[in-house]
Amino acid sequence: MNLLSHTVLLAALPMAEGGHHAPVVAPDMGFGGVFDLLWLVIGLPLLGAVLLLGVTPFLPAPARAAVDKHGHLLGTATAVASFVLSLVLFLALLGRDADQRQVGQQLWTWFETGSITVGMDLLYDQLAALFLLLITGVGSLIHVYAIGYMAHDPRRRRFFGYLNLFVAAMLTLILSANFVGLFLGWEGVGLASYLLIGFWQHKPSAAAAAKKAFVINRVGDIGLSLAIALMFATFGTTDFGAVSELAGEAEQATLTTLGLLLLLGACGKSAQVPLQAWLLDAMEGPTPVSALIHAATMVTAGVYLVVRANFIFELAPIAQTAVVVVATVTLLWGAILGCAKDDIKKALAGSTMSQIGYMMLAAGLGPVGYPFAIFHLLTHGFFKANMFLGAGSVMHGMNDDVDMRHYGALNKAMPVTFLTFAMGYLAIIGFPGFSGFWSKDKIIESALSENLVVGVLAVLGAGITAFYMTRLMLLTFFTAKRWETGVHPHESPKVMTVPLVVLAALSVLGGVLLLGDWIVTWLEPVTGHAEHHEPPLPAIAITLIITAVVALGVAAAWFLVGKREVPREAPRDVSFATRAARADLYGDAINDAVVVRPAAGLVGGLALFDRVGVDGAVEGGSAAVGGLSNSMRRLQNGFVRSYALSLLGGALLVVLALLAVNLG
Amino acid sequence: MTQYVVLSAILFTIGCVGVLVRRNAIVVFMCVELMLNACNLAFVAFAHQHGNLDGQIAAFFVMVVAAAEVVIGLAIIMTIFRTRRSASVDDASLLKY
Repeated sequence: MNLLSHTVLLAALPMAEGGHHAPVVAPDMGFGGVFDLLWLVIGLPLLGAVLLLGVTPFLPAPARAAVDKHGHLLGTATAVASFVLSLVLFLALLGRDADQRQVGQQLWTWFETGSITVGMDLLYDQLAALFLLLITGVGSLIHVYAIGYMAHDPRRRRFFGYLNLFVAAMLTLILSANFVGLFLGWEGVGLASYLLIGFWQHKPSAAAAAKKAFVINRVGDIGLSLAIALMFATFGTTDFGAVSELAGEAEQATLTTLGLLLLLGACGKSAQVPLQAWLLDAMEGPTPVSALIHAATMVTAGVYLVVRANFIFELAPIAQTAVVVVATVTLLWGAILGCAKDDIKKALAGSTMSQIGYMMLAAGLGPVGYPFAIFHLLTHGFFKANMFLGAGSVMHGMNDDVDMRHYGALNKAMPVTFLTFAMGYLAIIGFPGFSGFWSKDKIIESALSENLVVGVLAVLGAGITAFYMTRLMLLTFFTAKRWETGVHPHESPKVMTVPLVVLAALSVLGGVLLLGDWIVTWLEPVTGHAEHHEPPLPAIAITLIITAVVALGVAAAWFLVGKREVPREAPRDVSFATRAARADLYGDAINDAVVVRPAAGLVGGLALFDRVGVDGAVEGGSAAVGGLSNSMRRLQNGFVRSYALSLLGGALLVVLALLAVNLG
Repeated sequence: MTQYVVLSAILFTIGCVGVLVRRNAIVVFMCVELMLNACNLAFVAFAHQHGNLDGQIAAFFVMVVAAAEVVIGLAIIMTIFRTRRSASVDDASLLKY
């Protein structure tokens, strides 16, 4: 019934330019079975967060102490349970026919005003299924890792509560069937990100970084909320299904505006230029947070948004071009930052920015790129979480020192960390056979066939990636020891290394998703069928060129870093390019000049106007009245005879006035 | 007739000037009485002229008010004199700004 009406609607719609039409989201409702448990995927971590954050503070002291001691186990258990449920749901989805893989669940009506009704609806389809596995899977591993990493933190219970809150919000973002619910999750992850970046709030730098991330994210959120408002105004609804059906009838200008607003939202969350400045500072948070939120999951929400809203972007070519431009700039921007940073986490953060640029680039290419955007998102989730957790393990062994110039020769001291990190390293530079090789290769190939300039820049980015990752690898695990005195690096406990091993295995094997183009076929009902343009070169030649460029990057790093002696202090007499890269390519300076200073000037001007103009008028008026009455007061001199005189004068005046009236 | 009114005006002016220029409270008081009686003279004169009793009745009212005023006024002057040893109206100028 549902399917039938949907087919009719499709036939009635005008076809978009280029012949292909964005697919329509039309979930089957109430299919029952295991899918009725869909809400539990969100519910479990939410329950964990409520128990750990909301309930515990009201318990009697002994019970609270017990939760403080064992609360992390509860937090981890809810994440793992959510993962198991996601896995079951995924298998159930696999078992269904390809055209019945969109499952909806209506929980309750969220709010209803006039003609607008927004439901708490969930949508579980092929795209959401992959995200669910990534978030709960990587999330569970990071929960386990954090048990070890945060073992000595007195506020560990709260940390796990925040992590659960994040997972619940992220799953809401992914599973929601309308943009309003997505926005709820979107804000939820923003809040969790803020709380976790500033988790060590006693450090002023962490508190400032949290605030910076929150404020810059607000800029993006304005874009998303305006987009939602525009959808309400244009379509009267924000359900993915309804919007995807009605989008074809909307005006071109509206669609373009919608696309650009959504892109602004995606830029904020995914740290794309020009809203990129918060991500590097966000590394002030504990390392599991950097791995989970600022590498594997939350920062990819922007990519999810673009892919999910493909029915809008497909009809708004200008917005799509904007996505590609933003992505290309960001992938180079992040890569350049990665080359100059000595802080291991900041180097990895630059790399994250750059890799998300690749995903955005793929997402901007249309149906050709969507599956590869998601594919790279998944493999990146594996290898970047792996490397961040590896970096955390290194910091754990080096007394929380993050400066790579104080590392060196750690491959012997920390063999497990070294080997797992190496897997992530080989995956990210795109060593043939590793997961990153397949995903990045596909993105660059698609980019080359769509636009030569963008493709070449993407190849260049791959070379730079190879350079900075090799530099990071050499500085940390090879070259001579440059340890601080009193530091005795040691391997981390099992609870931290086991997640590393699992993630390393996934980094190596992630490429299997591409076997027989599985992921492309799997996502096709969501992202639409792609018409392949022939790439300018045969695919094998492109692969060879990319691999050659990567090898060039590795070699450059070997000759510039590995063969030389590494100074323990960063050299000062460096070129302009290095200085610029160390200063985040002046991202903060640009924000300062373009936004902060004009805003401060405006506020200063308003304050001045308030002080001089408004206060002047009010206080001047009262001063005038006061002065006047002060001088009038002098008339009350206490001499009875002067009062008698004024009385007489007054009487005379009255008489004269009466005479004037009567005679006049 | 004119003589009565002129006399009344002269008496009133003398009283007025006395109130304004003299400092002794008793004399000021006497000048007030002079002004009241100047009015009485005018009232009675005009009553005679018009041939009705309204003005004469008014004159009696003025006398009653004057008598009451004397009682209160002299009491105040006495009190002031007892505390300040002076009957000057300019000395009693504390109630001011």
